[in-house]
Amino acid sequence: MFWSDWAITLTLFTPLLGAIAIALIPSKNEESAKPVALVVSIIGFALSLGILAGYDFGAAGLQYEVNVPWIDAVGARYHIGIDGISLPLFVLSYLLTFLCSVYAYHHIEDPGKPKAFLALMLLLQTGMAGTFISFDLILFFIFWELVLVPMYFMIGVWGGPRREYAAVKFFLYTLFGSVFMLVAFLALRFTGNTFDIVVLSELGQSGAFSETFQRLAFLGIFLGFAIKVPMWPFHTWLPDAHTEAPTVGSVLLAGILLKMGTYGFVRIAIPILPEGAIDFAPIIAVLSVIAIIYGALCCLAQTDLKRLIAFSSVGHMGFVMLGIATLTPVGINAAIFGMIAHGVITGMLFFVVGSMKERYHTRDIAEIGGGVLQTMPKMAAVFTFVSIASLGLPGLAGFPGEFGALLSAFQPAAALEAGGLLTFYRVLMVLAAFGTVLTAGYFLYMLQRINMGSAPKRWLDAGLADISVIEWGTWLPLLAMTLLLGVLPFLVWGITTPDVNAIMSFFTGA
Amino acid sequence: MISDYAWLIPALPAVSAVLTLLFGKKMKGKGAEFGITALGLAFILAVLVAVEVFSANVQAVADLEEYHATHGAEDDHGDEAGHADEAEEAHADEVSLSSLDGIMVAAVGIENLNLAAEGGDAIEIPEGISSFLNEDSLSLGSLGADFEIEAGQRIDGLAAMMFLLVTFVSLMVHIYSTGYMKGEPRYTYYFTLLSLFTMSMLIMVIANNMLQLLVGWELVGVCSFLLIGFYWEGRSNQHAAQKAFLTTKFGDVGLMVGVVSLWAQFGTFNIGHMIDMATHGEQAGGAELSTGMLTFGLISLFIGAIGKSAQFPLQTWLPDAMAGPTPVSALIHAATMVTAGIFMVARIYPVYQLSPAALSVIAVIGAITLFSMGFLALVQDDIKRVLAYSTVSQLGYMVAALAFSYTAGIFHLFTHGFFKALLFLGSGSVIHAVHSNNMEDMGGLRKYMPVTFWTWIVGTLALAAVFPLSGFWSKDEVLAGAFTQMGYTGNLVWILGGLGGFVTAFYMARATTMTFFGTYRGKIDETHPAPHESPGSMKYPLILLSVLAALIGFINLPFDQFHPTGFAAWTMFSLEYFEGHPAHFYFSLAGGSTIAALLGLGLGYLMYREYKRPAEDPFNNLGLVTTVLQRKYFLDDLYSGLIMTTIRDRISPAVYWINDNVIDRVVYLAGTSTRAVGRGLYKTVDQKGIDGLVNGAGMGANWTGGLVKFAQSGNVQFYAGAMFIGVFVFAVLFAAAA
Repeated sequence: MFWSDWAITLTLFTPLLGAIAIALIPSKNEESAKPVALVVSIIGFALSLGILAGYDFGAAGLQYEVNVPWIDAVGARYHIGIDGISLPLFVLSYLLTFLCSVYAYHHIEDPGKPKAFLALMLLLQTGMAGTFISFDLILFFIFWELVLVPMYFMIGVWGGPRREYAAVKFFLYTLFGSVFMLVAFLALRFTGNTFDIVVLSELGQSGAFSETFQRLAFLGIFLGFAIKVPMWPFHTWLPDAHTEAPTVGSVLLAGILLKMGTYGFVRIAIPILPEGAIDFAPIIAVLSVIAIIYGALCCLAQTDLKRLIAFSSVGHMGFVMLGIATLTPVGINAAIFGMIAHGVITGMLFFVVGSMKERYHTRDIAEIGGGVLQTMPKMAAVFTFVSIASLGLPGLAGFPGEFGALLSAFQPAAALEAGGLLTFYRVLMVLAAFGTVLTAGYFLYMLQRINMGSAPKRWLDAGLADISVIEWGTWLPLLAMTLLLGVLPFLVWGITTPDVNAIMSFFTGA
Repeated sequence: MISDYAWLIPALPAVSAVLTLLFGKKMKGKGAEFGITALGLAFILAVLVAVEVFSANVQAVADLEEYHATHGAEDDHGDEAGHADEAEEAHADEVSLSSLDGIMVAAVGIENLNLAAEGGDAIEIPEGISSFLNEDSLSLGSLGADFEIEAGQRIDGLAAMMFLLVTFVSLMVHIYSTGYMKGEPRYTYYFTLLSLFTMSMLIMVIANNMLQLLVGWELVGVCSFLLIGFYWEGRSNQHAAQKAFLTTKFGDVGLMVGVVSLWAQFGTFNIGHMIDMATHGEQAGGAELSTGMLTFGLISLFIGAIGKSAQFPLQTWLPDAMAGPTPVSALIHAATMVTAGIFMVARIYPVYQLSPAALSVIAVIGAITLFSMGFLALVQDDIKRVLAYSTVSQLGYMVAALAFSYTAGIFHLFTHGFFKALLFLGSGSVIHAVHSNNMEDMGGLRKYMPVTFWTWIVGTLALAAVFPLSGFWSKDEVLAGAFTQMGYTGNLVWILGGLGGFVTAFYMARATTMTFFGTYRGKIDETHPAPHESPGSMKYPLILLSVLAALIGFINLPFDQFHPTGFAAWTMFSLEYFEGHPAHFYFSLAGGSTIAALLGLGLGYLMYREYKRPAEDPFNNLGLVTTVLQRKYFLDDLYSGLIMTTIRDRISPAVYWINDNVIDRVVYLAGTSTRAVGRGLYKTVDQKGIDGLVNGAGMGANWTGGLVKFAQSGNVQFYAGAMFIGVFVFAVLFAAAA
């Protein structure tokens, strides 16, 4: 079957080909990069929807699988495929890239140069998507590292005033973690004799790895993923990168890049090293709850609007990691939902904040001075809606993931309960629930300072334009998803459940 | 069955919210017509559902009486072959019911059964006779067997009653708002929110599972936030909106923990399953019910109710919520949303009955609230704030009532909904006329606004619990319930409740006298026309509500013959939990509280007849007492002044400082010291020949132009080199482990 053999490969490399095509456009035709990028991203998104349409939702395990030799010298294989855990993230990455290439018609930050910008964006897309479909550790690692380069340039060239510092910090910090991850991968290779994630997972769950080995390997992988998530206290690259990144960069960074870390935990760390996961879970849970509360407190202290949204990711990813740390199917499902929801909602928040910055030429909350409801009522309404979604209102997309994480933290995996950690987790759950109050607090405080009140005269006179047609076009799909996923969480959970149950069978004994 | 279509009741305002939002501005009535139509239809549907449910419940009681009248003797003898099966079934029922030992199982009021069953003896309820219940749901999917998400309806007496109250008050408020909000620039937005709020409340009321209840509960909170902050230009309104959301959200932590805890215990969100399991002493996996865990869950849930229903000590947000438009105060902050907590407890009442500890907590919190909050109304000059504190206090009565009797709690909820909506809308009519909330600017209005005045008087008398208005019957039921129970909490509630009645009557007399009696204290000249009666759109809702406020109490008279056919039967939880009230009317108690109310009313009138200025108000001249009351027992100072500002202005900047100066500094120092080490290495080792190695490590990043520039500064090479060393150490660790 041509389609089932080539679907992923085609989808995966379409953006890369697009990037090359754009790079070949002569410099005098810079602007024609936009339609090319748009068409390429539409093709990519359409292909990803094709994969979605042909996916068998009832089955667990890989679909569209391809497994052929690649680098024989080290035993690396081109093993790709998609399952219920990868699929939502995979499709989301294509959706966001598509929306970003629409948004590029509206605005690209200085120094403009759509050709370079869009080529990098498409290159980034291949890297992101590749991470989610690789089932070979070396392949995974290559895509993982591939992502760094375009993002580094996006921040470093199109970013804000401190762009160079932020770009270098982002690059090196992530690289630092991934090197430890690579060593752990190599260790797995020499112990398990393969780079294949599926095979390694089977080995890991059948007890092929000693406990000491599992702990060490988990530590290495943990460093790589925890920095990427980012978990507290490895998060300090994130506010800088986000704040300085151009709008599209922030959207993709929040929407997809952060999920590579959490995905890594679900895909690699936990299935391959289950005993290590049991040992590390309480630590992860504690760090997650610290992240939730600490992130909210940092948000309260922000005077920079974009930095505030950036810090909010720390707390939200805390909920995702809390779900993972419960080692239960509900928790993992909630975590994947949280990843998608955060991608949609926080991606949307960065769009709004980027559009505000573009109009106000400042990110400073005091300088904006409130009254957006007066100057741009539609923008303010959208901002309110998304903020309320982000603070976890039931009925919108922020809630199911958060609630699922809390729920599973109250009743973590049997192995953890057997370890006498039930009360420990329950205390963490209550603390995390208090985190939701702080989260509501900083969002409302932000809305008060931005949306409410009377606008300063200079802004009333500035003739700020409300949401443009292109902006509506970019945002409506995300706004609709925010509502839809909140009302029907099983749009995601229906896809993820069979595979989550399968990889968690070690912990549930099913 | 009409109740199969009950889901339309929340669906109608949902549709009108969307229509108002999308097309409202283009409509002649600017969108109000959508809401009014939808609520009108929803109300009609609610009436039909109520007729179906209530009559079925009355029939069930009658059937049960009949059954016991005809079968009682036969069962005793057990010699009727024709009834053997039936008797056996009945016997099976008896067995299962006898496991309910220790619960106050019901049916005490079915007089001719003569089976007063307080304290353990269950009466036999044969199969085939049951109270009305129409439960249905649409599964939205499940994560494993336990975690199922449903959109469902649980239509029983409680839901039917709430439908009636919510749709009726909402309809009145919609109609009234067309007059009150006339000329408001955000008119359409306002009506969108009204519909959205009504939908949210009804989603909660109809819920057949705790998750849906939670969803409705939180949506209601957001609508309340948006409506309190409706006039968002003003700073105090912004603060009020935030305060309301955050305070209730704080309580919601309890709700969330409670819902999760009950889920963990019963393995379901479904209310019906939960109640079945709990009352049979089971929990998930067939294990025996752990009452400690249950009490934890129930008290956690109740913390949610403390926030939402403005109970001590989380009541501080409700008076501030008066910043919203007055019709909203009537709908949300008096008649419906704030009753969510009471509704929630009533919704799973049989489960609460299993935990005497949780019920005691409820009694004490309710008693503190009902007694302490009335006093705060004495020092208010804002007419809406007087009503707000009276609402808090009345919610206290409802909560306290639930500790003893399901029917008493929801009956007071029902009557209060009407008379408090009436009073708020009345105050809105006054505010509309004098353009001020401050009672100092009022006075003598009875001459200018007779309709408002007389309807207000009805509301006041109902609230003050004067015979025979609705508040009299419902409040008496609360006190009688507590009085019957006696014990520590029972005595607390009926004594404080009785005294509270005097305070209620007094502050209402004060407010009424200051507003409607004496002479008008506002200016009347060419630019300030004399106050005038409100338009018909506002007057008629007042008249309708006043009729109900006066008469609605008669649906639940505390005499035995009325119980099988009245409110108690209509809204019973189920036959097993049907509460009768043999001799639950004490002339001494009712007489005493009536005297207290009349004394309060008289004294209040006499003291404020001559009122001119706030400075003359005796309650403003009581020194320490005045200070304590005006500062609202210092709770606001504690929350807003201390806790909130400390977190916002001290703790969070401190945390952020740590973030930048400790955590990030470590990263920065790691970076710079690596670079320093690298520089040293570069000067010594690298220059002497290992050039290739370091370059090799940096090569991966070396392939593009931009990075070359960066690489030339040396950073990448040095970091990469340092990383190489780190990785080497890590690899050695592995080797050691292997």
